[in-house]
Amino acid sequence: MAEIKLNNVCVEAGGARLLHNASASFRPGELIALIGPNGAGKTTLLKCALALTAPSAGTVTLNGKAIADFSPIERARLVSYLPQSRPLAWPVRVCDVVALGRYAYGASTTKLKGEDASAVAEAMRDCGLNHLADRRTNTLSGGELARVHCARAFAAKAPFLIADEPVASLDPSHQFQIMTLIRAYVDNGGGAVVVLHDIALAARFADRLIWMKDGEINANGAPEETLTTAQMKQIFAVSAVIAKDHNGWSLTVTGDD
Amino acid sequence: MSDRALIPLLSAIALTAIIAACLVGSTTMSPGRLLAAMVGAGGAGDAIVLWEIRLPRAIAAFVVGAALGLCGAALQGLLRNPLAEPGVLGVSACASLGATLALFYGAAALSPIAVPVAAISGALAATALLAFAAIHTSSVITLILIGFGLSSFAGALMALLLNLAPNPFTLSDLISWTLGSVANRSFDDILLAAPFMIVGLVFIVLSRRALSALSLGEEAAHGLGVDLPRARGFVILGTGLVTGAAVSIAGAIGFIGIMAPHLVRPLVGYDPARTLAPSAILGGVILVLADIGVRLIPSPAELRLGVVAALIGAPAFVWIAIGRGRTHG
Repeated sequence: MAEIKLNNVCVEAGGARLLHNASASFRPGELIALIGPNGAGKTTLLKCALALTAPSAGTVTLNGKAIADFSPIERARLVSYLPQSRPLAWPVRVCDVVALGRYAYGASTTKLKGEDASAVAEAMRDCGLNHLADRRTNTLSGGELARVHCARAFAAKAPFLIADEPVASLDPSHQFQIMTLIRAYVDNGGGAVVVLHDIALAARFADRLIWMKDGEINANGAPEETLTTAQMKQIFAVSAVIAKDHNGWSLTVTGDD
Repeated sequence: MSDRALIPLLSAIALTAIIAACLVGSTTMSPGRLLAAMVGAGGAGDAIVLWEIRLPRAIAAFVVGAALGLCGAALQGLLRNPLAEPGVLGVSACASLGATLALFYGAAALSPIAVPVAAISGALAATALLAFAAIHTSSVITLILIGFGLSSFAGALMALLLNLAPNPFTLSDLISWTLGSVANRSFDDILLAAPFMIVGLVFIVLSRRALSALSLGEEAAHGLGVDLPRARGFVILGTGLVTGAAVSIAGAIGFIGIMAPHLVRPLVGYDPARTLAPSAILGGVILVLADIGVRLIPSPAELRLGVVAALIGAPAFVWIAIGRGRTHG
């Protein structure tokens, strides 16, 4: 069965403990939100799952095989990645960025054929980019650019998506759009791990919340089980009012301890 | 314009430029005489001028320009920076330092490949240092500054060699390496450098898709399946070999690697992979035209190609840097 599994993973860098005994598993059909303050180790955990960072202890496996033993191409066919910083060195065309999503299949951006062409077309359509296909990325708004990066990640058609703050600096409408796209990807059988800072948004879209602090996983469970005022106080040191009704979750931070 | 039209168009321009380079010179040759010399029907003098002097020189200018245009495009893709270039990053200077050392210490007399090998070693040392720096810093300015430091250091060592030159002949040899020229090059010089260039070209071509993926940044490229250490290694090895081989033909010639990719990029959708080939051809064209200029501009001593290339290229560099500052804030 397809699974990304972290087992007691520790990461140390320059004497600092970035991740300590983190264990978690990610499976298709599940949207997992990583939650925690800045510096909690969320990005480090994702990087371990992608073989971007080598753990100092513990194991990371993908479908039962150590992640470090995968060739970059093999890994990319199973896990697509949307990093936190998404610099674009050149004002490339939208369609060319999305086509890069097919890199692991050997596709060249100029001559897309068969499966590559249909995967790119599908990702462009799903993310509402058809009318922007020939636009240069430096002429797009932040929201449009976020959709381009999502489409690029979806075009890989990988069973797993790892997204580090995919909705950072987006307006509420675009945050919703992007999360809806990721939710649809999961409902179609993908497995997504997403770092989010908007906890109400995370609770609304995610099946499971993984709470992190100081490099450790503090809690791991459905929003109904783990999204509590006590948890908010423990992780973020804030008082919060949390409610769930037919509109979904709402969360108001009422004080800073 | 589509890429498919661009490469044939540039190739036609390149061919025209090389033919023009064969026509002009101290005595202008008419197209009829050129044709006759080419098929061996003309005078013996014309045949020598064409086959021994003008054509090798034009081909040398084209090959060197193409090498620099290609390396500029490849380094810019790898470092994600339009100002990266063998000259600006000190790769050419280190290559010519290597070649100069080989000449100075007489290694050139031992084996004909001593100079190319020395030039390539210098270029590889510089590209390796730059790549090492590129892994540890994301700052483009830092890289340019390291390149500046490398150029200055190589320049200082070259100046030291000039200072210590035992006789005027060595001195003039050393000066021609520093200034860059394709005058008096033979087909042998080109053939000596060719194998290194071809191997380097293969390394660069093999990493072209990785260069496109790197447009999205290193982390995203890793996620896409790019083997980053391999891509870096290939581009560094490739540009080191190609630049070193180019320097072994013509000495240090700067800025071609900046101008050619900059002009080509908008025509190929800013894709680093698609920039490589047209930028190589255009680099060749620029240098052939610059060399025609060198021969036509009346001057007491023959102008050096590297000097003319820098006179055109340095302002272009400043212009690109200012444009970049405006768009990147």
